[in-house]
Amino acid sequence: MTDTGMTDTGMTDTLLTVRNLSVTYSGDDGDVRAVRNVSFTLGRERLGIVGESGSGKSTTGRAIMGLVGQSGRIEADEMRLGDTDLAHLGEHGFRKLRGQRIAMVLQDPKYSLDPVMSVGRQIAETHRTHLRSTKRDARRAALEMLEAVHIRDPERVYTMYPHQVSGGMGQRVMIAMMLIADPDILIADEPTSALDVTVQTQVLAIMDDLVRSRGMGLILISHNLHLVSSFCDRVLVMYAGQVVETCEAAKLSEAKHPYTRGLLAALPQLGNRRAELPQLQRDPAWMADLA
Amino acid sequence: MANRAARSLLSVALTFLGLTCVTFFIGRVIPIDPVLAIVGDKASAETYARVRAEIGLDLPLPVQYWRYLTKVLHGDFGNSVITSRPVLHDLLQVFPATLELALLALLIGVVAGVPMGVIAATHRGRWQDQVIRFLSLLGYSMPVFWLGLIGLLLFYAKLGWVEGPGRLDVAFDDIVGPVTGMVTIDSLLAGEYEVFWNAFWHLLLPASILGYLSLAYVARMTRSFMLAQLRQEYVLATLAKGLSPWRVVWVHALGNVWVQLVTVIALTFGSLLEGAVLTETVFAWPGLGLYMKNSLFNADLNAVLGATVLVGVVYIGLNMISDLIYPLVDPRARDQ
Repeated sequence: MTDTGMTDTGMTDTLLTVRNLSVTYSGDDGDVRAVRNVSFTLGRERLGIVGESGSGKSTTGRAIMGLVGQSGRIEADEMRLGDTDLAHLGEHGFRKLRGQRIAMVLQDPKYSLDPVMSVGRQIAETHRTHLRSTKRDARRAALEMLEAVHIRDPERVYTMYPHQVSGGMGQRVMIAMMLIADPDILIADEPTSALDVTVQTQVLAIMDDLVRSRGMGLILISHNLHLVSSFCDRVLVMYAGQVVETCEAAKLSEAKHPYTRGLLAALPQLGNRRAELPQLQRDPAWMADLA
Repeated sequence: MANRAARSLLSVALTFLGLTCVTFFIGRVIPIDPVLAIVGDKASAETYARVRAEIGLDLPLPVQYWRYLTKVLHGDFGNSVITSRPVLHDLLQVFPATLELALLALLIGVVAGVPMGVIAATHRGRWQDQVIRFLSLLGYSMPVFWLGLIGLLLFYAKLGWVEGPGRLDVAFDDIVGPVTGMVTIDSLLAGEYEVFWNAFWHLLLPASILGYLSLAYVARMTRSFMLAQLRQEYVLATLAKGLSPWRVVWVHALGNVWVQLVTVIALTFGSLLEGAVLTETVFAWPGLGLYMKNSLFNADLNAVLGATVLVGVVYIGLNMISDLIYPLVDPRARDQ
């Protein structure tokens, strides 16, 4: 289950290598291991991470950026971004990386954009931070970026505030804000779950387009199996903080692990009316044999 | 915009009506007989009845209220029994003294309290937080008159760093004529720097003590607002952009905290302007608090009611000002 290097997916070089990553949160009631011994590699491809709530998929994404909070502890045998060793990088080192080499799109633009700053300034801020640009250059770059995410009137949208833009537009602003400093990897954590179904595809298409044309690696974190299998090249299936299965997205329906099979079986299907969807039967052995 | 202005004017008018209603009612139920206060307890029954009719107390209550309201709207609060001058004249003299004190106290409370609250929140549970919370708690629980007396004893009597009670040394009295009524500002306007510094050193201690009390409140509120903001998703997003924690806290999170702080600061200013009775008494500060205390102790009903109306007007004014400030700090308020 650790053979993550799939040579037949067409990835040319490896951007990110993660070997035995664990994230532990220490609280008053003792330690909680949110992520256990997760290993994978990411090339210039689209990697999906699926799993139910609390399976550790978001924490995995955040650990790569060093964003696990003060109570979180990251351990890994190896965590490497290009030639940068992430496993032994301090907070200061991570800060230079964030936005510039790895960026992250969060779930709901309504909450993930600062409500009291215009969206244009928030995009320009990333540019100014990493490229040490002047206000004018940052503004120009932000306007170009707004155009790149298919916003029709960038000058007008630049001055708007988060509450004035729709969900789809807000998420495009978020993408612009995260891609303006040209990172190598984008982690998209449930980027479309808060959006209307009609704009989900549109936002995904824009993100895909930008990620491809810039030769980036994308990690798409989602609980939506359909979305991940149709959008991604490869899929990691996580359960209880562990990767239980890695497979090509197109072959997800042929997945072998009982947990993945259970998730697939629980999906409703059009034209196939069933009185009741089967419930996922959990087997404690799934955790034991991987621990 | 015009609609909004009209609505806010209407609400001000209604609030003012309610306020005068309440003060009028207080005037009726307070155990002070205004007739007796004028005629004295040795007057005959006829004299008593005549004076009672003269000041209109025999009229039905709605009529009395209407008369009271029209007078108040013309700035006529009647004469004060103690000073035997129009109450409005007295109020215009004492209010600037309180305003001067309150402004400096508010400045101290905000300039020191907000950063302290932010630091306490970002260092939650660590020693910085403990120290700041202890100082806040002290400010909450310390009796202000005791703090004032100890302050006078230490900084005025022992160390001589500040001047004592009152607004000015006797030697500096009447050098600067009143323009705003605030001695520090008037002396600066007149170019009398010696007077300014004397007034400033008189002002500093009472203002610091009041400022400390507002600081305790402002810091505590800032801390809890900041803790709530730091849990928001946008904080994670700004960190993911690669911003320094410093910028995330002091620009993004604090920008959102200001939205909530506007109300806290307005309320703090309001309570300072009500006149800090104890502080003004300890420091012999001729402000609104001292005036109210003296009027109450001498059953000077007109003065008490006038001062009450003034405090109400101050709150109405502060509400209007914070309504004007909200759109400046919160873009969401600009669209409504």
